[in-house]
Amino acid sequence: MDAGALRKTPLNGVHRELGAKMVPFGGWDMPVEYSGLISEHMAVRTSAGLFDVSHMGEFEVTGPGALVFLQRVTSNNVAKLADGHAQYSALPMPNGAPVDDVIVSRKAADRYLLVVNAGNIDKDYSWLRAQGLNECELRNRSDEFGLVALQGPRSSEILQPLTPFDLAGLGYYRHAEATVAGCATTVSRTGYTGEDGFEILVASKETEALWRALLQAGGDKGLVPAGLGARDTLRLEARMCLYGNDLDETTSLVEAGLGWIVSLDEAKGDFVGRDVLERQKANGTPRKLVGFEMVGRGIARHGYPAYVKGHEAGAVTSGTYAPFLQKNIGLSYLPAEHSVVGTEFDVDIRGRRVAAKVVPTPFYKRAK
Amino acid sequence: MYPENLRYTKEHEWIRVEGDRGTIGVTDYAQQQLGDVVFLELPEAGRTLKAGENFGTVESVKAVSELFCPVAGDVVETNAALVKAPESINSDPYGQGWMMVVTLKDPAEAAGLMDAKAYAALVEAEGK
Repeated sequence: MDAGALRKTPLNGVHRELGAKMVPFGGWDMPVEYSGLISEHMAVRTSAGLFDVSHMGEFEVTGPGALVFLQRVTSNNVAKLADGHAQYSALPMPNGAPVDDVIVSRKAADRYLLVVNAGNIDKDYSWLRAQGLNECELRNRSDEFGLVALQGPRSSEILQPLTPFDLAGLGYYRHAEATVAGCATTVSRTGYTGEDGFEILVASKETEALWRALLQAGGDKGLVPAGLGARDTLRLEARMCLYGNDLDETTSLVEAGLGWIVSLDEAKGDFVGRDVLERQKANGTPRKLVGFEMVGRGIARHGYPAYVKGHEAGAVTSGTYAPFLQKNIGLSYLPAEHSVVGTEFDVDIRGRRVAAKVVPTPFYKRAK
Repeated sequence: MYPENLRYTKEHEWIRVEGDRGTIGVTDYAQQQLGDVVFLELPEAGRTLKAGENFGTVESVKAVSELFCPVAGDVVETNAALVKAPESINSDPYGQGWMMVVTLKDPAEAAGLMDAKAYAALVEAEGK
């Protein structure tokens, strides 16, 4: 693809300066790795990594009708959020499958921020508009912000000296306005790696200054820049879904294992896809997304067919060598009756059937 | 930059010819493009390969790449240690990263492949 046609984050020049290998991702020119995928992955598990995730989109929903609107278009219960709280959620369609998976943050009772996937920004914006905005406004502010993710067990220790804000008081899935290295930011204790860490939202023009300050502050604490390659292997070890791989417009939230972000609380009320999702939560689904480990030699990849007792029964949605676990792992849709832990099946790896088995997930869970 | 005593293919394999034997691997450029190698599959000894025939697969965390035999020959030996520790392809592509030895059907065949200078020009063109 012509790199000129790709969108660039505010850190594009910095990545090139750091010698990153750049690849097209969701229409963006992004760093896939700097020093090497495995060393970046291990740095995040043992110390810390810094990711440019500025390609992610940010929408603001404001006005007295914001809560009612968000309750109708998202799957999780927005009424549970207090100011400074965030939740993982999705934008379901009437069939129960997501237009996208998102993070909803409450800034104030009449002001919410949605963080959406880079490749879905335009689609999500059109979808949300089409749902009918009543007494609220929707603004796509994606171009105004950079977003950097500082992830790993030493994240707090690296970030704290750069901000007067007391990070110890910031719980998981909480966010706050904070000055970091002289930049006005919103710091969220969220991430996509299975480690403790922060996602820091900052004005586009200040993103480079923030990035440099963080890298410098963490240099003697094992912090390294980390690319999309490590981001993908880290999220998969933690069994977090990737839209476009494990989730799309044909996979219901319940079959993807995301029933926990589908709220049937009384306060939630009706929302797009509720009928289907409620029925699926009560009765189950014909297929389920399962975690597996390869038993035979080989690495399963996205799209490889899965065979149960010799019959094609599903497909791998994500698969990789897992650098921390040192195993070949993946996610696959399988018929519900063959989805229990311990079930053996085969993955067709380029024409060869290789044994795999269903295992408990997450594959990796950090020690608390 | 690329060893002078080797011959190269446009698919980024190298071959070192000694008498009627050829030792085969992938180039430093190939390992850089792949990233961290985590999986290698090689043929059984005894297999007869044609020039350009697929002889195995190398996989990094992110990518799958097929391997193609530079010349015709019979596989006499494969690097079992490398299958167990394929990361040597990254750290030492021309040494511990050797993949297999073939007895050459035609010892002159490899002379038709690229020399180091021609291969360096190919890599430079690909990088643009």
